[in-house]
Amino acid sequence: MAEHSVAAAHDHDHKPHGWRRWVYATNHKDIGTMYLVFACLMFFIGGAMAMVIRAELFKPGMQLVDPQLFNSMTTMHALIMIFGAVMPAWTGLANWMIPMQVGAPEMALPRLINFSFWILPFAFTLLLATLFVPGGAPAGGWTMYPPLVLQNGASFPMLIFAVHMMGASSILGAINVVVTILNMRAPGMTLLRMPLFVWTWLITAYLLIAVMPVLAGAVTMLLTDHFFGTTFFTAAGGGDPVMFQHIFWFFGHPEVYILILPAFGIVSEIIPTFSRKPLFGYEAMVYATASIAFLSFIVWAHHMFVVGMPLAAQLFFMLSTMLIAIPTGVKVFNWTATMWKGSLSFEPPMLFALAFLFLFTIGGFSGLMLAIVPADYQYQDTYFVVAHFHYVLVPGAIFGIMAGVYYWLPKWVGNMYHMGLAKWHFWLSAIFVNVLFFPQHFLGLAGMPRRIPDYAVQFTDWNMVSSIGGFGFGLSQLLFPILIYMCVKSGKPVKVNKAWEGAHGLEWELPSPAPYHSWQTPPSDAIIAKGAFH
Amino acid sequence: MTVLDRANRNLTLKLLGIALGSFGFGFALVPLYNVICGVTGVGDQSALLRRVKAIENPDPNRTITIEFLGNVASAGGWEFGPVARTVEIHPGKLYSAEFFAHNLTGRDMTAQAVPNIAPSKVAAYFHKTECFCFSPQHFKVNEQRNMPVRFIVDPAIPKYIDRITLAYTFYDASSQVSKR
Repeated sequence: MAEHSVAAAHDHDHKPHGWRRWVYATNHKDIGTMYLVFACLMFFIGGAMAMVIRAELFKPGMQLVDPQLFNSMTTMHALIMIFGAVMPAWTGLANWMIPMQVGAPEMALPRLINFSFWILPFAFTLLLATLFVPGGAPAGGWTMYPPLVLQNGASFPMLIFAVHMMGASSILGAINVVVTILNMRAPGMTLLRMPLFVWTWLITAYLLIAVMPVLAGAVTMLLTDHFFGTTFFTAAGGGDPVMFQHIFWFFGHPEVYILILPAFGIVSEIIPTFSRKPLFGYEAMVYATASIAFLSFIVWAHHMFVVGMPLAAQLFFMLSTMLIAIPTGVKVFNWTATMWKGSLSFEPPMLFALAFLFLFTIGGFSGLMLAIVPADYQYQDTYFVVAHFHYVLVPGAIFGIMAGVYYWLPKWVGNMYHMGLAKWHFWLSAIFVNVLFFPQHFLGLAGMPRRIPDYAVQFTDWNMVSSIGGFGFGLSQLLFPILIYMCVKSGKPVKVNKAWEGAHGLEWELPSPAPYHSWQTPPSDAIIAKGAFH
Repeated sequence: MTVLDRANRNLTLKLLGIALGSFGFGFALVPLYNVICGVTGVGDQSALLRRVKAIENPDPNRTITIEFLGNVASAGGWEFGPVARTVEIHPGKLYSAEFFAHNLTGRDMTAQAVPNIAPSKVAAYFHKTECFCFSPQHFKVNEQRNMPVRFIVDPAIPKYIDRITLAYTFYDASSQVSKR
C-alpha cells in the first residue's frame, strides 16, 4: 500500500494484467464487472428464449416449436433470468458499490467472492447443456414441481446440480456482502448513515442466507426421491407432492424480494439525486424494507391456494399477503414525497427510476388482486399471473438494474454515455414493456392459461400485440450493451467527482473513474455526514 | 492475523452456520408438515391408512352416498377401478366394497394404492377396518383380482355431509417395497 502515495505514476494501482486479472480476480470492481457482464450475457440468452415463446404465441396453432420445446423455453427462460441475470446483476452492483458507499477499500472476502463468481459459468453451462441431452431441457416449469420434474429424462440431475451450484454461489455472495457491511464500514459510517442501496442489500443478503439453503434442501430431496428410493414427495411411499410446493415457496416467496429489494435501494438513491432533495423518510424506508423481508417468510402459501388447505390457512395467507402492501405503500409514498417540490430533471437513471415507480406499483396492485383467495381461484395459472410477475420483475427489477447502471456508469468508467441514445433506450423499453405485458392482463382475465403453446382463437389479437411488444422490447435492449461499449471506448470524460450535481453519498467523493482500490484511507466523519440522509 | 481479519472470519463462520442451519430447516419442514397435516386433518395420510376396530351403532335415519374412484398414477399398464361406483350407506354400519385390478404391464409387479377422501374434513370420521391400501399388493404377469375395503362412517359426522368420495391412486411401488 506504500506505493499508493506515489500518485504521479500512471498506473499506480498495480493491476494484474491479461487473463490473470480476471481468473484470479480479487478486486471488488473487477469482480463486479465480471458479474455484470455475465448477467448481461444471460439476460440476452434468457431474452432469446422469451422471443421463441412470443414468436410461437404470435398466432394460434403450432408454428415454430413443438410443445415440449415450448415448455422448455418457459422453464429455462425463468431459471436463466432469475438465477443468471437478475441475481448476478445485483451481486455485481453490490460488489462494485458497497465498498465505495461504506468507505471501505475492498470487499471483506475477496477470494470467496472470486470462487462464488466462477461457480456461475459452470452452473449455467450445465443448465444450458440440458438443451442438447436426450429428453430435452427441463420443461416442468422453473418451480420444479414433482412428479412432473422427475419425468424429464437426462436433464433432471443436471438441473438439480445446476441449482445447487447457483445456490452455493449466491449464498457465498451474500455472506461476503454481510461481512463487508458489518465489519468494513469506515469509522463514523453508522448503520443509519448507510445509503439505502447498502441497507436493502444487507437485508437481501440475510434473506439469501436464510432461504437459498432451503431450496438446496428441496431439490436434494427431489434428487434422492428419483435416484435413491426416498419418498419425500412420492405418494406411493407415503410422501406428498404438495409438501414440495410448501418447501419450494418457503424459499420462493423471499426469493421474489431478493430480486426486488436492491432495486428499492437503487431507486431510493436516484430519486433524491434528480429531485435535488434528501430522501423523504429515510428511517421509514429502512424499517419498511425490514418489514417486507420479515413478512416475506409468512406468505408463501398464496402461491398455492388451489392445492387444498384449511379455510383458516387461506385467510391467514391472504391477509398476511395484503399486509405487505403497507410497507410497500410507505416506500411508494416516500419516493413520491421525495419528488414533491423538488427541482426535477430527467436524465436516463431518473427516467428508469420513475418508470420503475409507476410500473412496479401496477405490478403490486395486480399482486393484491391475486392475494384475494376467491379471485385467485379464477386468476391462478392464467396470463394474469404472468402479467403480474413480469410487471414487478421487468420494469421492477430489470429497470432497477438499468437505472443503477446508468446512474453509476460515469463513476465506473470515468466517461459519460451518449445521453440521447440512452433516452431512446429508455423510451423504447418503457413503451414496449407495456405493449408486451399489459395485454396479458386482459388475456388472463379472459381465461388464457399460461405455459401452453397454443390457444383459442379469441385470444389472437392481444397475443399479437403482446408479441409485437416482445420483439420491440427485445430488440431495443440491444442498445444497452452498445451504449456501454461506446461509453467505455469513446465517452466524453467526466472531469468532476460528482457526475450528477444532486448526488449524495461517498461514492461521489471518489475521483472519476473510481480508483482501483476504493477508500485506502477511510473518509472523514465530515464527508460521511455530508453524504448521509439521516 | 489482524483484528479485522479475525472479525471477518468469525462472522463468515457464523453466517455459514446459519446457511447450514437453514439447509437443515428445509428437511425439518418434512416432519413439521406431517404434524400440521395431522393437527388440521388436511392431506393427512395417517388417518386414512389407520386400521380401526369397528363398533357398530347404525343410524338408519341417515343415508350418505359414497362414491368410489380409481386412478392409475402413470397411464397404461394397469386396469384399476371400483367394482361398484357408488353405494348408499347408513352411518355406524360396517360396509364392504371391492376394487379390481389387472396387471397388464407384462411383468410381475407390486402396486401401492394411496387413498384420498373428499371433502377432506371427513377423513376423521371415515374409518377402515380392512383395506387393500394398508399393504403393497403383489401381482403376477396378467393377474387380475378384486381387493376389499371395509369401512364404517362415524355417526358423529357433521349433518351437512351427504356425499363422500373415496379415491385411490394406484402406484407402481416395485422400487419402494423393499424399503417399507
